[in-house]
Amino acid sequence: MKKKKLGLWLTVMPLYLFTLVFVVGPLIYMFVLSFCTRGDHYETVMTFTLDNYKKVAEPVYRNTFMESIKLAFTTTIITILLGYPFGYFMAKLSSSKKKIMMALIMVPFWTSSLVRMYGWSILLQSNGILDKILMGIGITQKPLKLLYTYPAVVSGMVYALLPFMMLAVYSSAEKMDWLLVEAARDLGASAWKAFWTVTWKMTLPGMMTGVVLTFVPSMGLFFVADILGGNKVPLVGNVIQEQLTKGRNWPFAAALSVILMIMTSLFIAIYRKVTGAKELEGLM
Amino acid sequence: MDTFILELNDLKKNFGKTEVLKGISLSVKQGEFITLLGSSGCGKTTMIRIIAGLEQPDSGSVILEGKDVTMLAPDKRDVNTVFQNYALFPHMDVFQNVAYGLKIRKIAKEEIKKRVMESLELVQLSEYVHRKPSQLSGGQKQRVAIARAIINNPKVLLLDEPLGALDLQLRRQMQHELKRLQKKLGITFIYITHDQEEAINMSDRIAVMKDGQFVQIGTPDEIYHNPKTSFAAMFVGNANIVRGTVEAIQNGVATVRIYYPDEQSGRAAEFKYTGTADVKLVESNQIQVGDAIAAAVRSENIVLGQEMGLCALVKEKSFAGGLSRLTLQLPDGKEIIASCHGMDWAAEEGQFVAIGWNPNDAIIVKDEP
Repeated sequence: MKKKKLGLWLTVMPLYLFTLVFVVGPLIYMFVLSFCTRGDHYETVMTFTLDNYKKVAEPVYRNTFMESIKLAFTTTIITILLGYPFGYFMAKLSSSKKKIMMALIMVPFWTSSLVRMYGWSILLQSNGILDKILMGIGITQKPLKLLYTYPAVVSGMVYALLPFMMLAVYSSAEKMDWLLVEAARDLGASAWKAFWTVTWKMTLPGMMTGVVLTFVPSMGLFFVADILGGNKVPLVGNVIQEQLTKGRNWPFAAALSVILMIMTSLFIAIYRKVTGAKELEGLM
Repeated sequence: MDTFILELNDLKKNFGKTEVLKGISLSVKQGEFITLLGSSGCGKTTMIRIIAGLEQPDSGSVILEGKDVTMLAPDKRDVNTVFQNYALFPHMDVFQNVAYGLKIRKIAKEEIKKRVMESLELVQLSEYVHRKPSQLSGGQKQRVAIARAIINNPKVLLLDEPLGALDLQLRRQMQHELKRLQKKLGITFIYITHDQEEAINMSDRIAVMKDGQFVQIGTPDEIYHNPKTSFAAMFVGNANIVRGTVEAIQNGVATVRIYYPDEQSGRAAEFKYTGTADVKLVESNQIQVGDAIAAAVRSENIVLGQEMGLCALVKEKSFAGGLSRLTLQLPDGKEIIASCHGMDWAAEEGQFVAIGWNPNDAIIVKDEP
């Protein structure tokens, strides 16, 4: 009995250690840091202060948070509109076609997402590929100023996060017993009604997982806003990154991060409440 | 002419290159309990799915109350199904599951409540109203599935091996309950099973199915006592099939030499008898001397005795449930099962015995190897 326990400990220990050193440690560090003061020479001084949090409440930063949430919402809604049908229909394909689809979704991940964003900027820039094509076939006369706009940032975000939505919906649609839909039809439901009363309800947890997987990261994907939005669309992620690097104000960056974390945790808590899920369902 | 509630006319269905249904025709009377009996893969589920509208036949038609519904969507026909693995909605509780059909039809809330409680009472599940399907046992799920289907008052209720997943005792109990329900509601039942005992116990008529075709349709009594083919005899009556050539016909009794394919090779040499048995002929059997025939003899009709004309080797002796069984091997390698009450077989394993039967107990059937 004792030996068994020891064995269990030995196998689980590395995981605990890893989490302690690389997750819990940095989090505590960040939390402590957020109550520190920045010294005259941009160093961090261990003097307790709430100023960092007061600063977050200033209109500039409050607006940044609001903007970020707005963008995250827009991104999430578009990923649902595109990703849900995709995941749903993918689950209905034959298994060989599913494999092809899965490979197609995976291929872009072989390239760093940063590089892919630069790809988007080349595509969207003035006189870029998209402009040339549109002008070439005569749809537009002069270059569209697509890059460094809000829609450009949204497209980049959607592009980066869409696969997660697709896969989350797919995995819950894949698990679904399609006989249930037949049962609903048999009991008198039209195809549409059967979808809403059965399929939709059964795939909702998967979709909600997709929502978490797109909403939370889209608050922090600073490089997308950087590359595709110029400095016109500053997000929380950008502000944190700026404070950390250019501003050299680590305590303030930490305070911003803590607020961001609390917000996303709240979001996940709401998600759990709504779906009643204990784990994020549909993750591989 | 009788009016039928459901008529199937020459239904054919292929999946890719496999012919699943090869021309199925059936007429069902109002209130009838019809069982489709056949082994798995014989096409019975496909047939039920076509009646339900979940599948479309390649040719043929489904007539419900005189109306052609062949191409009608499942929600547009007055037919409900109890699915093999119940297909209860896991995100709804028992009440919502049962109420589903009525809710879809936008029936008033009060009425729904009343009818759901009624049908749950009918299947004796009233106290489980707010349980989720995952909290129910197999038998309870089964009852919910039945309640969910009958609440819509379908013209025809289709049941796809509804008791297949239940244990024997529960299955017997559910058989009685289903039969009671069917009588009470007067709904026409089309019931799928591969269990012959279930079919015999419950049905008004049995349709024995094999390879996408009906082998025989008739009352349990007809099929049990007068199987038309060797398959029906084996499947419904657990009968032994013996094959042979007619040697002589006298007073309506044919003497049949049991066909030993290996006779020349000398395999039969170890047997004392070469083997003949008598089969009673009925008028419909147009048999002449020299014809090859197959006859069905049920295990309880096999008798042992010196004066009998067939020789067999006792391979196994077993005793279960008050019935002892002998597994006998004929010279051609075919096995024959004999059974009797009690344990009084005068035979031991490894012994050669003489077996036979009363000519009246052998029925000539169409052979289907």
